[in-house]
Amino acid sequence: MSYTEKDIRDLKRIAATLRGNLIEMIPPGKVGHLGGSSSIMDITAALYFKHMKVFDDPKNPLRDRCVFSKGHAVLAQYAAFVELGYVSHEDLHRVKTLDGTLQGHPDMDHTPGIEAVTGSLGQGLSVALGMALGLRLDGSASRVFAILGDGELAEGQIWEAAMAAAAYNVDNLVAIIDQNGVQATDAVEKVLPNPRQAEKWTAFGWNAIEIDGHDMAQILEALDAAKACRGRPTAIIANTVKGKGFTFAEGKAAYHNAAMNAEEYAQAQACVEKMKEEA
Amino acid sequence: MSNMNMRKAYGEALLELGRENSKIVALEADLGKSTMSNMFGGAFPERYFQMGIAEADMISVAAGLALTGHIAFASSFASSFAVFASGRPYDQIRSSVAIPRLNVKICGSSAGLSDFGDGKTHQSVDDIAIMRVLPNMKVFSPADYFETKRIVRAMAEIDGPCYIRVNRNDVPVVTAEDAPFEPGRLRRMRDGRDIVIFATGYMVYQSLEAAKLLEAEGVSAKVVNVATIKPFDAEGARAEARGMKAAVTVEEASVIGGLGSAVCEALCAGDADSRIRTLIMGIQDRFGTSAQKYDELLQEYRLTPADIAKTAKEAIKQ
Repeated sequence: MSYTEKDIRDLKRIAATLRGNLIEMIPPGKVGHLGGSSSIMDITAALYFKHMKVFDDPKNPLRDRCVFSKGHAVLAQYAAFVELGYVSHEDLHRVKTLDGTLQGHPDMDHTPGIEAVTGSLGQGLSVALGMALGLRLDGSASRVFAILGDGELAEGQIWEAAMAAAAYNVDNLVAIIDQNGVQATDAVEKVLPNPRQAEKWTAFGWNAIEIDGHDMAQILEALDAAKACRGRPTAIIANTVKGKGFTFAEGKAAYHNAAMNAEEYAQAQACVEKMKEEA
Repeated sequence: MSNMNMRKAYGEALLELGRENSKIVALEADLGKSTMSNMFGGAFPERYFQMGIAEADMISVAAGLALTGHIAFASSFASSFAVFASGRPYDQIRSSVAIPRLNVKICGSSAGLSDFGDGKTHQSVDDIAIMRVLPNMKVFSPADYFETKRIVRAMAEIDGPCYIRVNRNDVPVVTAEDAPFEPGRLRRMRDGRDIVIFATGYMVYQSLEAAKLLEAEGVSAKVVNVATIKPFDAEGARAEARGMKAAVTVEEASVIGGLGSAVCEALCAGDADSRIRTLIMGIQDRFGTSAQKYDELLQEYRLTPADIAKTAKEAIKQ
């Protein structure tokens, strides 16, 4: 499928809106996962507002499923759910509160649109694989997307699932690796180097595609290529920037899960306005 | 009393369920021959998932299958085997299955000391306690072949996560083929006036044998089968305790956090008549060990009828 300039521009605008929703959830003084949520935001926009089959009813059986295995980045999903009408704008202000619908990590019981419980890293790809196998068993055309962090790839279970998905020729499953290069405490290459991801996924029997995870055209083309691939699962290795769009936070582990001060928050708001203008 | 195998009961029940309900799927972690879920695999290969030696993946994949409306039976030796099905993938059970209350049924096969030869890495002392402490999890421990079949069928009916532990060896049949099974209810196996013995799994048979020994010595022992360890029938336990001089609990698992704890928690919270002295028998806060025979191991861990009778007399004496 080819995309017009308007398609790309519309999605960029949506991504800017979602980043605006993101910072609304973490006003000054409130701790939240800014870095990993903004690195996956362009892909989130492309999935929910272009590529995936999405319905007004988040439980529609014909829908595609998206599982954030890196559950701490769920704020990116919440940002999208507001625009889809699954949660209200006011819900954003009650994230991580006792009476809110938006939990600190994905919880299908609390939040319409969430597909599984994740947050304990390493499990989401297996859960997505189970969904993909279940959907295939039922003859469903629905597809499943699992969002993984690059730090998360240190979890051994990811590679158990990688083996099994290839063994079962699951082609309705796509793993998207948000390779922002930074995890909670430091750069991934300093914590535990895990290089050459495309080679690794290829060696495990997957169709591997490496892209710039902030280039909307590349994102859409990779998703289409994954859909066209038969007989094996696809891994999209998306090179991204942690904190993307928020210049003061970009590439910094300090903003993995932190609170902004008032000055940073004002900067973040200005960044969103600039993104909206440029889109 | 004939000896029959609980693993076989599990395999047969799963096969029957598979015939009746196309939503039943089964997952295995390279122990299908031992857990006997391979009977299901032979009949329904498209609904049988061999996950390799990857128990964590097996549990989370089962969660995914449940999320698409299937009823997923994941079996692994009690340690996956019961050990490999409970402790090894504990966090996967906790996060992927128990928190969202998914329809995943976990079978810990070769539970307790029943895998007598393989030793401490393969013998589950902790599976009851760690499954019991999980919110939303139901925990079953059948006494024999027939009860295993009934419980596996009940698990398929229950909406939500379940854990069942089954013995590896052929053990005596103590329940009737057509006996009813109500999840969450105790079942009295033998009446008695002096002491109540709460037992689970193969220890129900051992306790019935102990009651015979006690009878010969003039002690009348009641034996209660606790096949559902969670949700625990606290009111039922208190009712069985009232009028008794003491209670003994017997399980082929750690004395910490299992049946004994459940009984004590129930009796402590009861009225004065049900707050009776209770001694907990089981594995005394130690790991397993290899032995040439199952019986030899039960002697080493003091879980024979003679041990139970001795403890019962002590309980009454003080």
